[in-house]
Amino acid sequence: MEALGLYNYWLVIALMMTGFYIVITSPNLVKKIIGLNIFQASVFILYISMGKVAGGSAPILADQVTLYSNPLPHVLILTAIVVGVATTAMGLSLVVRIYAAYGSMEEDDIEVMDRSETDG
Amino acid sequence: MSEVLINQILLAFMLVIAIGVLYQRNLFAAAMLMSIYSLLAAALFVVLDAVDVAFTEAAVGAGISIILALGTLALTCGEQKPRPVLATGPLLVVLLTGGMLIYGTLDMPYYGDPEAAAHTGVASRYLQDSANEVGPPNVVTSVLASYRGYDTLGETVVIFAAGIGVFALMGRGRRKATRKVK
Repeated sequence: MEALGLYNYWLVIALMMTGFYIVITSPNLVKKIIGLNIFQASVFILYISMGKVAGGSAPILADQVTLYSNPLPHVLILTAIVVGVATTAMGLSLVVRIYAAYGSMEEDDIEVMDRSETDG
Repeated sequence: MSEVLINQILLAFMLVIAIGVLYQRNLFAAAMLMSIYSLLAAALFVVLDAVDVAFTEAAVGAGISIILALGTLALTCGEQKPRPVLATGPLLVVLLTGGMLIYGTLDMPYYGDPEAAAHTGVASRYLQDSANEVGPPNVVTSVLASYRGYDTLGETVVIFAAGIGVFALMGRGRRKATRKVK
C-alpha cells in the first residue's frame, strides 16, 4: 500500500503525456483538440485523486457518516469541466472556419498554402 | 485496497484508449474514443467520491463534447492524412515533461492520506459549518453556489464569451450565403 502511494499519480501523468503527445504531433486540427480534451480530463483526475481521503465518503452530509472526501477540488473541477467544453466549442468552430477557408484541416497543408500566398 | 485496484484498472483502460486515439486515423472513431475516455473518467470520479464531478463529466465531457466533435466532422472531413505516429523530437519533449512531473510528485502526500495539506485548510471548515451557514446537505453545492460563488459567476462569463465567439465565427458564413441567394 505504501509503495503504491504515488502509483495513481504516475498513471495519471502517463495519461496526461499521451494527450500532450497527441497535441504536439498530430497535424490534424480536430485530432489536436481531441488530444487537448484527453490532456484536460487527465488533469481533472489528478486534482480529484488529491481530494480523496482513504475510507471517506462523498461530501454529502449524513448522520451515519463521519469521514468525507475533500469537497474543494470537486468544486474547482466542476468549473474547469464546463470551461473546458467552452474552449472546445470555440476551438472546433475555428476549425470549421479554417476548413471553409482552406479546404483542409491539416496543419502542414495550411502552412504550405499560406507560404505560396505570401510568395506569389 | 480494492478501491485502489479499481482505480488502477480504470486508469489502465484509459491509457489504452488514449493510445488508441493516437493511432486512430479515422477522426470519427477518434471522437468516439474520446467520449469513451470521458465516460471512464466519470466512472473513476465515482470511485474517488466525486459524484457531482462524475455527473458533469458524463453529461458534458462524454455528451456535449462528442456532439460538438461530430458536428465539426460533419462540416469538415472525417479522415486524417496518413502519417507516421512516432517522432523522436516530440517524444523526447513528452518524456522529459513527464519525468519532471513524476519528480514533482515524489514529495506529494500519498493517495488517500487524511493528513494531506489539502484537507487541513479551508475544506474542513466547509464540511463542519456549511450545513448551518448555507443549508444544503451537499457540501459541493454549498461551496459552488455560496463560498466560491464568484468562481461560478466567472465560469458563466466564460461560457457566455465562448457562446458569443462561436456565434460570431459560425454565423458569418451563413449570412454571406443568404446574401448570395438574394
